[in-house]
Amino acid sequence: MKKKFSKVFMVSALAAGILAGCGTGNQSASGGGGNSDAFKLGVNMELSGNVASYGESMTKGIEMAVAEINKAGGVEGKKIEVIKNDNKSEAAEATNGIIKLTSQDKVNAVIGAATSGNTVAQAQIANDTKTVLIAPGGTSPTVTVDEKGKVREFVFRTSFIDPFQGTVAANFASNNLKVKDAAIFSDSSSDYAKGLSDAFKKTFEKAGGKIVAEESYVGKDTDFRATLTRIKAKNPSFIFIPGYYEEVGLIVKQARELGITAPLMGADGWDSPKLVDLAGADALNNTYLINHYSTEDPDQKVQDFVKAFKDKNNGDAPNAFNALGYDTVYFLADAIKRAGSTDSVKIQQELAKTKDLSLVTGVLSIDKNHHPIKSATVLEYKDGKQVFNSKINP
Amino acid sequence: MDWLQQLINGISLGSIYALIALGYTMVYGIIKLINFAHGDVFMVGAFIGFYAIKGWGLSFLPALIISMAFCAVFGVLIERIAYKRLRNATRIAALITAIGMSLLIEYGMIYIRGAQPEAYPADVLPNKAINFLGVHINSQSLFILLTSIILMIILQFIVQRTKMGKAMRAVSLDMDAARLMGISVDKTISFTFAIGSALAGAAGVVFGVYYTKIEPLMGVIPGLKAFVAAVLGGIGSIPGAMVGGIFLGVIESIVSAAGFSLWRDAAAFVILILILIFRPSGIFGKNTREKV
Repeated sequence: MKKKFSKVFMVSALAAGILAGCGTGNQSASGGGGNSDAFKLGVNMELSGNVASYGESMTKGIEMAVAEINKAGGVEGKKIEVIKNDNKSEAAEATNGIIKLTSQDKVNAVIGAATSGNTVAQAQIANDTKTVLIAPGGTSPTVTVDEKGKVREFVFRTSFIDPFQGTVAANFASNNLKVKDAAIFSDSSSDYAKGLSDAFKKTFEKAGGKIVAEESYVGKDTDFRATLTRIKAKNPSFIFIPGYYEEVGLIVKQARELGITAPLMGADGWDSPKLVDLAGADALNNTYLINHYSTEDPDQKVQDFVKAFKDKNNGDAPNAFNALGYDTVYFLADAIKRAGSTDSVKIQQELAKTKDLSLVTGVLSIDKNHHPIKSATVLEYKDGKQVFNSKINP
Repeated sequence: MDWLQQLINGISLGSIYALIALGYTMVYGIIKLINFAHGDVFMVGAFIGFYAIKGWGLSFLPALIISMAFCAVFGVLIERIAYKRLRNATRIAALITAIGMSLLIEYGMIYIRGAQPEAYPADVLPNKAINFLGVHINSQSLFILLTSIILMIILQFIVQRTKMGKAMRAVSLDMDAARLMGISVDKTISFTFAIGSALAGAAGVVFGVYYTKIEPLMGVIPGLKAFVAAVLGGIGSIPGAMVGGIFLGVIESIVSAAGFSLWRDAAAFVILILILIFRPSGIFGKNTREKV
């Protein structure tokens, strides 16, 4: 989902970058800064601008994790020192930020940014200076792999990538719902939906399932009844609808009106309160969506995190961005521990080898493209409310 | 029983096209103007209905009537402000003004309330599925079909049986002769706009209830489709617009049912091209020779 936003930022950032010139406007959160025994962690986040809420949430999670690790003795005997930089939700500022962090502050690693575009803007510098860069929330595949398909060696991420959600949906359908035949109804005008349907089809067929109908619609359509009737005739026991809530809301409503009772499922594109308005709470029963995590997950690790977070933040429940920020620090700390050193090249090697690391947002392993293979959370709609259903391991 | 289900899908969609097409065809019949702002009157009607239902807590029928009344006034205003002074100008000037008017309404709406969509409440009409021979008929779509049919019957009555209807028919036949007979041409044209726009407003409310989602640019595609429907039925002909609308809705359903859902919009415009090439006067239109 973030990919769509990031394109806009790239364009606006190009314009803004010219105006901004050399003004860095960076800030250092820590007063001391000169402590050479500390592990310096640069945090290059969207603390102002359009998506400031993402950046702030992640930073909150990062700081919480850092405080916990420092309390437990730090990494390799060193305390973690956070050096924050506000990239103003602009790609050019994100690039400026990582230049400053690597050249002036001489950080050991950088976490950021919240969106795919602002992370890609830092990737080149991270690789050139051999500084580990971890994005907590960039879901576009391009964050860790460049246009030529080459892996960006020093860039990692904590969140799953968009097409991976198709794999999760397929696993959920065949393992949890035990369905053998499914239909796909996809948005033909979006790359996001295409990536998800391809991944779904591949995984579902591999598990012995059969795709009985594959239909598509064009974004902004309002009448899906004819195509849905066609799908209904094939009588699938599961329908995968990777799309955005504006159309999905109408599809769900019209599908139920036509008497389609099969479970419907989508990905994070569904996640909007407007979906309930459009589809109606009744029609949404027996539908599922994928998200990074849920506060209702009974997993002990999640519940401990939720409790600790609530204690620190006046009872506010942590959102997915808080959790991703929090996990990113532990992801890094785990690699440092295995490397037994704070040398970036060694950390980089260990990050790439990460396997079955248990985090709040799921169990994480890194594949050869630096894409996390991790569990995702499936939520179910019950009377218009999202309820935790299960955690799907890849 | 799939084909029956598809037929019902098509007729429901087509009845909305037909309601909009009626406004197009009436205005064209009387002043030979393609009123491109008509699709946007439809959009305004959908929003008025939405605010009446959600804001004032009204039920379907009062909301429908308020929306129709508002759109009637709105349509007359458009005619008085934009089209009246161009009555003796070239037809292309009026056509361009109509496009300008359309853009003004669309973006005026976005300026006033923003571009985000709204959702009609689900409980405006009873929503029960009726199972008939394995076909799911939604009680809402029956209500909507019924509303459309009643409105069309009322329209037919007005045009054929009332004095104003007689005046409308006279003006569309020959404006100058009608004026000589003592018919107030201005008043008749305004009345035509009022009725056409009221129908578009009704179509807007019906669309909102049936499809839930409304937004400021929602009138563009249905407007164009209704225009195709009007041409298909024979522009200027009232029964033509009804048949053309329903016919177009059914064709779109058939195209989707055959698995070509991505070609559905294209099908409508292919029909427009074919009709213009082979039978420009449409199904119900008369072949009139150009008067010398």
